[in-house]
Amino acid sequence: MSFHKPEMTSAKPVPLSRAIEVLYRSESGRILATLVRLLGDIDLAEEAMHEAFATALEAWRDSGIPERPRPWLISTARFKAIDGMRRRARFDATQTDLGLYLETQIHDEPQEEEIEDDHLRLIFTCCHPSLAPEGQVALTLREVCGLTTEEIARAFLVTQATLAQRIVRAKAVIRDKAIPYQVPAQQELPERLGAVLQVVYLVFNEGYSAETTGSELSCEAIRLGRLLHELLPEPEVMGLLGLMLLQESRRAARSSPEGDLILLDQQDRSLWNRDQIAEGIGLTESALASRRFGAYTLQAAIAAVHAEAPTTASTDWRQIVALYDGLIQIQPSPVVELNRAVAIAMWKGPEHGLRLIDAMLMRGELTNYHLAHSARADLCRRLGRISEARTSYERALALVRQEPERRFLAGRLRDLK
Amino acid sequence: MKYICLGYIEPGKFQGMTEDERHAMLDACFEYDDHLRANHHFAAGEALQPPESALTLYWKNGKVATTDGPYAETKEQLGGILVLEARDLNHAIQLISQHPGLRYGPWEIRPAADLNEMVRESELRRKKSSEG
Repeated sequence: MSFHKPEMTSAKPVPLSRAIEVLYRSESGRILATLVRLLGDIDLAEEAMHEAFATALEAWRDSGIPERPRPWLISTARFKAIDGMRRRARFDATQTDLGLYLETQIHDEPQEEEIEDDHLRLIFTCCHPSLAPEGQVALTLREVCGLTTEEIARAFLVTQATLAQRIVRAKAVIRDKAIPYQVPAQQELPERLGAVLQVVYLVFNEGYSAETTGSELSCEAIRLGRLLHELLPEPEVMGLLGLMLLQESRRAARSSPEGDLILLDQQDRSLWNRDQIAEGIGLTESALASRRFGAYTLQAAIAAVHAEAPTTASTDWRQIVALYDGLIQIQPSPVVELNRAVAIAMWKGPEHGLRLIDAMLMRGELTNYHLAHSARADLCRRLGRISEARTSYERALALVRQEPERRFLAGRLRDLK
Repeated sequence: MKYICLGYIEPGKFQGMTEDERHAMLDACFEYDDHLRANHHFAAGEALQPPESALTLYWKNGKVATTDGPYAETKEQLGGILVLEARDLNHAIQLISQHPGLRYGPWEIRPAADLNEMVRESELRRKKSSEG
């Protein structure tokens, strides 16, 4: 069955195959999620769903898409699955019982509420800690978001075959370890939700740094964040969605038309997306008010302070430092410390920040992290210590991997003279 | 009765041609395809993307295993082509995973190349040369 080729025969303005593809993108995650529960196997469910969509292409040719396509597709897929099992049962005796079991269940239509729960089950299964992180990401984008293997491979700049194998392996782990299809219990939830949020943020960050395919992945991550927020409005879900919206709000301002990097203090703030900022701040405030927030919410709060400031100089750096203090308590890491040091430099002066960065480098922390050296270089430059600035920019340049960042550092180095 | 025809070309041969040679070859191939179609001989066929785009499935210890690249062992020879309509590569893998033939030998799955643009260009060239 093919949903991507435009049908030449249809005289309607939107060809049925195109309309069904749109439906696939918005509904396949939910439909698959329910079918996995009913059939007990992802591959079986997926195949049945594909057959149901192919059947729809025929069945809806004259009548058009029904008012409630989801129950139609779910029930058609169940019948297709039973047909398939009957066919296989002719060759394999162990299949008979499963088919009979399904037939007895066929008449009760899943309730709306159940379907929502199923969707959440599918997300937790795709992001299960037993799977490799790259497998979690690929599986979530394909099964939950309805992207094709080829689309995901293109976005992550890996070959189709590599990406396809990640998905095959991830599914094999789910089957072999018999990972239960359920939303984790309350005591497990924080940890398991953490894994889900990590997948969402990984997809977002891939989109943040990539030059060409970026915006697509960031949009997909935000879409996923919204879905999760709808299904499970936990504070950290709000925090992450808020963080992503606040970072995304600066997309138009953070690079030049030539693709050159523009740092926060140089950005044209009139280019920031005000709707995304308002929504991001709203979510962050709700998360903070819950008093059960975590690291994503604190990062969102830092982004919100920046978003509210009309200029770099008028930014409330004292508050940003306080938020970094909180972040270090929940999630201590050298990168967070580095960011705190930069905020302190903005608040109290470059020499205070430089002292902290030098202390970290002396401890052997972040010595291979280009941003530590470029931050140090920038503070030295502001203090007029030009030769030290040059050495640090050169060290950063030797470590950097992304092309726009490389161009940016090379430019800074040139400007020193 | 159907015959599956497999076309082979030496690696790099196509790239080594001049543009004119390439056009002449494509025009001749597509023209013959048109001829076969007009006579109802052309049941199904697809051009294949290069071997680097391939993925191979095999049966190991009672399970499906995968590896990337073409299946190029000398012992087995390509025995047939099945033109599969699937949503994406993993859907195709899933459909072929259930093929009973997989228990007896590996399958190579290769995405089809879209030659529509090349065919259209070739038609324009042929039209032009027949007019001129």
